Order: sequence, then structure tokens, then C-alpha cells
Amino acid sequence: MSNDLINLIVELDEDEAIELVHHRIKEGEDPLNILGDVKEAMSVVGEKYQKNEYFLSELIMTGEISKDITDIIQPLLKPDTNSKNLGKIVLGTVFGDIHDIGKDIVKFMLDTNGFKVFDLGVDVSKEKFIEKIKEVNPDIIALSGFLTLAYDAMKEIITEIDKAGLRENRKIMIGGGQIDDSIQIYVGADAFGKDAVEAVKIAKNWVSG
Amino acid sequence: MWNKIKFWKKYIKSDKESEPKVKKKVTEPVEQDIELSRLDEKQEKMFERWLSAENINFISPEAERLYKERIIRIKNAIQLKKIPDRVPVVLSIGFFPAYYSGLTPKEVMYDYDKLYASWKRFVLDFQPDAHIGCFVPGPGKIFDILDYRLYAWPGHGTSPEHSYQCIEKEYMKKDEYDAFIEDPSGFFRTVYLPRIFGALEPLKNLSPLTNILEIVFTGGSILPYGLPDVQEAYKKLLQAGSEALKWGGVLGAFDKEMAELGYPNFFGGATKAPFDTIGDTLRGTRGIMMDIHRQPEKLLEALDKITPLMVKLGVGGAKMSGNPLIFIPLHKGADAFLSDKQYRKFYWPSFKNTLLGLIEEGCVPFPYAEGSYNTRLNVIKDLPKGKVLWGLDLTDMTAAKEVLGDYACIAGNVPITLLNVGASEQVKFYTQALIDSVSHGGGFIMMNGTVIEEAKPENVKTMINTTKEYGVYKQD
Repeated sequence: MSNDLINLIVELDEDEAIELVHHRIKEGEDPLNILGDVKEAMSVVGEKYQKNEYFLSELIMTGEISKDITDIIQPLLKPDTNSKNLGKIVLGTVFGDIHDIGKDIVKFMLDTNGFKVFDLGVDVSKEKFIEKIKEVNPDIIALSGFLTLAYDAMKEIITEIDKAGLRENRKIMIGGGQIDDSIQIYVGADAFGKDAVEAVKIAKNWVSG
Repeated sequence: MWNKIKFWKKYIKSDKESEPKVKKKVTEPVEQDIELSRLDEKQEKMFERWLSAENINFISPEAERLYKERIIRIKNAIQLKKIPDRVPVVLSIGFFPAYYSGLTPKEVMYDYDKLYASWKRFVLDFQPDAHIGCFVPGPGKIFDILDYRLYAWPGHGTSPEHSYQCIEKEYMKKDEYDAFIEDPSGFFRTVYLPRIFGALEPLKNLSPLTNILEIVFTGGSILPYGLPDVQEAYKKLLQAGSEALKWGGVLGAFDKEMAELGYPNFFGGATKAPFDTIGDTLRGTRGIMMDIHRQPEKLLEALDKITPLMVKLGVGGAKMSGNPLIFIPLHKGADAFLSDKQYRKFYWPSFKNTLLGLIEEGCVPFPYAEGSYNTRLNVIKDLPKGKVLWGLDLTDMTAAKEVLGDYACIAGNVPITLLNVGASEQVKFYTQALIDSVSHGGGFIMMNGTVIEEAKPENVKTMINTTKEYGVYKQD
């Protein structure tokens, strides 16, 4: 009855979803199956967001439900067996800026579309980006910023990445409330996305090309 | 030419080359319904008071003439009855005047002389039709004294060179709706304020003011004010109050001098849309988005409860300043935040009632929709004609003019990216194209989109000067 759980999550019926999870664990089901359903549900939610059927509140709600369920089954799971992904992305809101809502939506959408996302949080320094890039060797670097001060911060970070010789075989995308093509050129990024849906499109395009 | 502004073309549909400037005259409605004329009268009285310039000693007859001309220009654009002599131009600014004078946000938050001097220099150098006062930086010392936790500000969480930013948290918990609805003031005093000001934490010990009834209740109800930590909190509050008075004096003096030089203040007061009041600083974005699904009825009840408070906040400002324009920054109703259905159910009703409440008192609400508002245009047009000024940012301006043009004046939307990284020639062309697209028949005020922080000064100047030259209406 795994479809039930998927539907309950997609329909934001959190109480029943969690009850069903407890029930399935009691029945002795492999927690990995449950986790699979959660991932499937999130990807349906992502599709609905892409089609303008779901908005911010539905993303936040399903994110919350999925977190609750993961908290329940996490202790039952064995350490993550390197699951397949489309590519690795280092993501963060640039230094000086503490806004996270836009970045979190982008993370959600990239996650549900099969990317492995390393989220550095907000107010992320040049040094932290460089360090993480060296550590995980990502295919894509995604810089987020809501304030106009983010333009110069993005520019500095990208310059730093170039200087460190870490640009090769990698792409950099930027996004945020006040970002457009002119800013992409100004900061020296490879692309900008006006929203999370575009971020996914750009990322998929890059890893397939 | 269009290629020059290709990045920003999406906000304007019509083509400058192919479409000549239309100067159609707005015809006076023959049958004005009584309701509208009643509201007109109230609004007219407020504008008269603004024009009367009480306690203003103009430096010259020229300054007085300019002051009145500027207000009439803005008034005509808003009321949609007469076409103004030209498109008015106003700037929505953050710390731009500080950067322009080589100062940091921190300096103007802590040094009121620097604040005053740099803001004055900005107005005199750029000469917009109206300024917006110098309240934006806010008094840093007060935030220090009270240990303000709702914001990070220069030196306290942000660098001295950067503006302040809100720290979103659930300052009102999900199970506190009932307490809030029952007594918003009491909730603010003993729950909310102790959370957002470290220095006011002891206020959580206070009992409701309404406990102070007849003689036998009085002693016990006053007792908490004797507690050492409560007294300490009140000392801080008094200290902050003295500082605020000093700061307020600077703001008042600034407005007065600007008026005497011929520049009215565009903002008569400010308030917020109820959904933003709860979503921005009480429940936070995540909180309110979950409430939409988990406790919609409580949310709706709270929105209704605070609507009259939001009206009072705005009307109070207008009465004190003598200027009817009430600024309302809009946040969580933008296109990406809510579906159409959610907007109509959770955002619009209490917001509309706030707007109507302000209009009823003769005010001109000036909601400024940050981000894009393309999907809201057909909802928000449902208001009495010539009573609201809609500020727009990343919204399609041609579409906005088409949908709202017969009902309300629109303002906007020179993109911040253009002002920050574009060339002066591009700004000139965009400004002209915007005038061509949406200024016909009046009802348009040239403004920037998002608040200006560190834009190129020459671009900001070009935007203003182009409007003054190119935005003149030829009266036929």
C-alpha cells in the first residue's frame, strides 16, 4: 500500500501519513521502502510546484512532513549506501546576506530531482565555498542572494574560485529575488535562474551536456 | 535601441519606435456615485492640509511655489482626474544617500549629524519631486540599549558597510494564536517584546493592565513594577525613549528644512498588510505557511483582529504628519509566495479592509509590491477609483497599466539591476520607454523597483532627469 503514503504526503495529510509510517514499521517493513515513498512523494510535490499547482506553503509543509518521517525511520536505517545522483552541487547564500527561503526552495527542488546538494547555509564566506569545493569536488556551484549587496559578494566569490583554479569542469549558477541576466554578466556566472524550476532545468542541462 | 535594454525589456511590452506617445485626456465621470464623492471630499481635505504647509517658513517664494507644484503633480497623478504637468518622479531609497556621501550604514545609524547632512545632500543633488524622510537607517543606539534581537544590524551581525536584515523566527509560537487574538496589546507587552528585546525580558512578569481595577486590586497589580529586574527593564526603556526622542527630533527637523526648501515628504505614515504583520515578524515565513494548512481558521481570525490596528497605525501617521500618503511595504503576497486561491483567501480580504479603512479616513494607501505581482492585478483592482497608489517592482508595467489604469495610479519600476550595473544610456532609454508605455492619461509616478542601496549615482540622476525632460505632458 505504498501509494497511500505517497498520496498522504502529497495531500499534506501529516497526521495520517505519520500514523501509517508507524504502522508500517510495526508490520516489520524495510524502512528503506518507506524512505523511497517519501522521496517519491517529494518528487510529485516538485512536479506540482513546477506546474504552478503547488506554492511555497505546500513545499514547506511537505518538507516538514518528510522531515518528521525521516526522523522516525533514521535510527532504523543503516548508514547511507552511496546512492546514485545526477551530480553534486554546492549551494549557499553569499556572505552579507542571511536570507534562506529562496535557497531552501532551490535545495528542495534540486534534491527531489536527483542531485546531491551540499547546503552551506547563509552568509557563506569565500573561504567556506572554496573549502567545500575542494572537499566534495562538485559539478555545479549555486550562489543565492536576496539583497542587492549579494551582487558584489557573488562577484568576489566567483573571482576567488577562478583564482584558486577551481572553475574548470564546473559550472556556476546564481539566483535570487533581484537577479537577472545583467547580474549574471556582472558577476561572471555561467547562468542565472529566476526561480527554483529554472535552477533544475539549468543543472540538468549542464550534467547531461 | 531595444537591444540596449534587452535584459529589462520584459517589464514593458509596447515598442517605443512603433507606438507614439498617447496623450488621451481622462474624461470626468458625469455621474459620480455619492459614495465616491464622499470619499473624494475626505481625501481632498487631507491633500489641502498637506498643501497648506503648516508651520513651514519657506526660504523663498520660489521654494513655496515648487513645494506646491510638486504636491499637486503627485495629487493629480493619484486622483486620475487631471493629467499632471509631467510625470512625477520619486525615489525609494535605503542607505543610498550614505553611500553617495562616502559614509557607511553604521555611521548614519549612530551619528545623526552625518545622517542629516548626507540625506540633505542627496535630496538637493538629485532633486526628486518628493523625498521619503531620513527614518530608514533607524537609531542604532536604541537597538543597542534594548538588545534588539529581531534584526542583525551594522556592527551587530552585519558588517558596518551593509544594511540591517531581519532575523526570522517564530517570535509567536504556533499555539499562541488564542492569547494573541484575545489581547494583542497584552501579548505584545508580556510575550512578544520580551522575546525581541533582550533588555525587556523581565516584562514577561507583568500582569494585564486591565487588572488595575478598584482600590483593592491596585496595590497588587502595581507590585510587579517594584521587582528589581522589571525596574531595570524600565530604566532601559526610559533610556531608549530619550534616545528615540533625540532621533525623532532630527527626523522632524529634516522634514521641516526640506519642506522649507520646497521638497515635500512622500510618506505621511506607514502601516502593513495584516498577513505580512503576522508572517514577517510574528510567525515567520515558515510558520505562517504551515498555519495556512494546519490552523487556517486561527490565522484568519488573527488577521481580522489586527486589521483595525493596522488602519489606526496608518491613520495616526497621516494625522500627525498632515500628509495622506501611507506607505505599505508588501512582502508575502507576491506571485511566488501564494497561489491565487490562497491570496484571495488569506492575503487579500484583511489587506483590502485595511486599504478601505485608510481610504475612509481620507488617506491614500501606497502599497509597494516587492517582487512581482503579475497574478494579483485582477484581484487588487477592486477598490474605489483614484484612492490608492500602487508601487510595483518586478511586475509587467504594461499589463499593470491595462488592468489597473482606470482605477488607480501606478508607480515603479526602474529595475534595481539596471540602476546598479547598467549604463547611463540604458537607464535613459528604459525611463523613456516606460513613460511611453504607461504614462498615457496620467496616473503614473516614476519610481525605482527595489529599494536603492548602492546604485550608480549617475544612473539614479539619469532616471530623474530623463523623467523631468521626457515626461512632460503636452496639454491639448
